[in-house]
Amino acid sequence: MTRPPIPTHSPSDGLHIPASPGEMFRVFSGLALQGFGGVLPVTQRVLVERRRWLSQQDFVEMLALAQVLPGPNVVNLSLMIGDRFFGWRGALASITGMLAAPMVVVLLLAALAGLWREQPMVAGALHGMGVVAAGLIASTAIKLGATLRQTPLGLPLALAIALVAGVTIGVLRWPLIGVVLVLGSIACALAWWRVAP
Amino acid sequence: MSAWADWFDLHRLLLGPLGLSQADWWAMFLRFLSLSLLSVGGAITTAGEMQRFVVGQRGWLSDAEFTASIALAQAAPGPNVLFVAVIGWNIGGAAGVLATMAGTLLPSSLLTLHATRFVRLNRNSRGLRAFNAGMTPLTLGLLAATSWVLVQPAVDAAPLTSAILVAATVLFMLRTQRSPLWAVAVGALAGALGWLG
Repeated sequence: MTRPPIPTHSPSDGLHIPASPGEMFRVFSGLALQGFGGVLPVTQRVLVERRRWLSQQDFVEMLALAQVLPGPNVVNLSLMIGDRFFGWRGALASITGMLAAPMVVVLLLAALAGLWREQPMVAGALHGMGVVAAGLIASTAIKLGATLRQTPLGLPLALAIALVAGVTIGVLRWPLIGVVLVLGSIACALAWWRVAP
Repeated sequence: MSAWADWFDLHRLLLGPLGLSQADWWAMFLRFLSLSLLSVGGAITTAGEMQRFVVGQRGWLSDAEFTASIALAQAAPGPNVLFVAVIGWNIGGAAGVLATMAGTLLPSSLLTLHATRFVRLNRNSRGLRAFNAGMTPLTLGLLAATSWVLVQPAVDAAPLTSAILVAATVLFMLRTQRSPLWAVAVGALAGALGWLG
C-alpha cells in the first residue's frame, strides 16, 4: 500500500503537528469523553480550532470521505487523522483514544442498568430511552439531509433514492446487502453520469 | 443482594450470562464482521440487521434490551458505535464486547486506511465524486429505516405518546444546541411513569 508523505506544515499557515502517537491518544481520549450525544462537534473544535492540527478545509474533506465509507464516521475520521501524521501507529492511537475511555464508562453504565432491569420502572425508562433514540437518529438524518441541496443528482432524484432505501430496509425489512449493492450501484451510476468529467 | 453477587461473578463478567457455545461465539463474530462493510453511514445503519440476528434469530436479547442498549450508548459520552459494545456486553460479557467490536471495526477500518491513502493521492477524480453523490441519499434512507425499526416496539404499545416523544426529540435536536442527554432523560422519565405502555 502506497503511503502518501506526511504533510509538513509551514510556520506561516499557523498549523501544528502532534508531537507523538501518545499525544494523539491523550487528545482523542479527552475529546471523546466530552462528546455526549455525538463526538463530531467536539472533534472539530479541539483538533481544528484549539490544537490546529488540521485546517477547516482538511477537516471537511476528510469528513466527506469518512461519511461515505462503511464504518462509524467518527472512528473512520479518527483513523484518517492518525494515519495522516503517524501512519498506522497514529491510526491505532487515535482509534483507541476515541474508543477506550468512553467504552469503560458505557459498560459500567450497562452493568449497573442490568442490575435493576427486572424493576418495572427501570424497564419502562429503558423503553422510553429507546423511543428517544429513534428521534435522535431521525434528527441526524434530517440534519445530514441538508447536504442533499448540493447533490449533483438533483434533489428529487436524491430524495427518491433515500425513500426507496428507507422503505425497503425499514418497513419491508429486505436484506441490507442486496439493497446497498443494487440501489447503491444505480445511484452511483446515475451520479457518474451527472457529475462533470 | 444476589444482584451484587452477579456483579462480581468473574465468569459472568468475562463470558456473559447466556453460556454461549463455541459455535455461537464464531457466529456472533462473523455476523458482525459481515455487516461491517455494509455500515455506510455508521454502525447504526446496520442496527436493524443486528436486531434481526440477536433478537429474532438467536433470541439472545429481547427487543427492549436491544433498543435500550442503543439508548444507553447514545446517552453516554463517546462515539455512538459503542452501542455495539453494549450489545456484546449484554450477550457475552467482555468476550462479547471483543467479538462484536472487532467484527464491526476491523473490515471498515482496513478499508478506510487504504481509502484515505488512495484519496490523498487521487483527490477530485470523477469516480470519487460520483461515489460520494450516489451513496449520500442511500445513507440518509438507511438512517430513517433505523429510526423506524427502533420505534416499532413502542408504536405497538402506545402509538400517540411514542409519536409525540419522537417528534419532540427531533424538534429539540434541530432547534436547540443542548445536549441530547436532556431528551434521553425525558424519555426515561416518560417510560418510568408508564406513559409508553
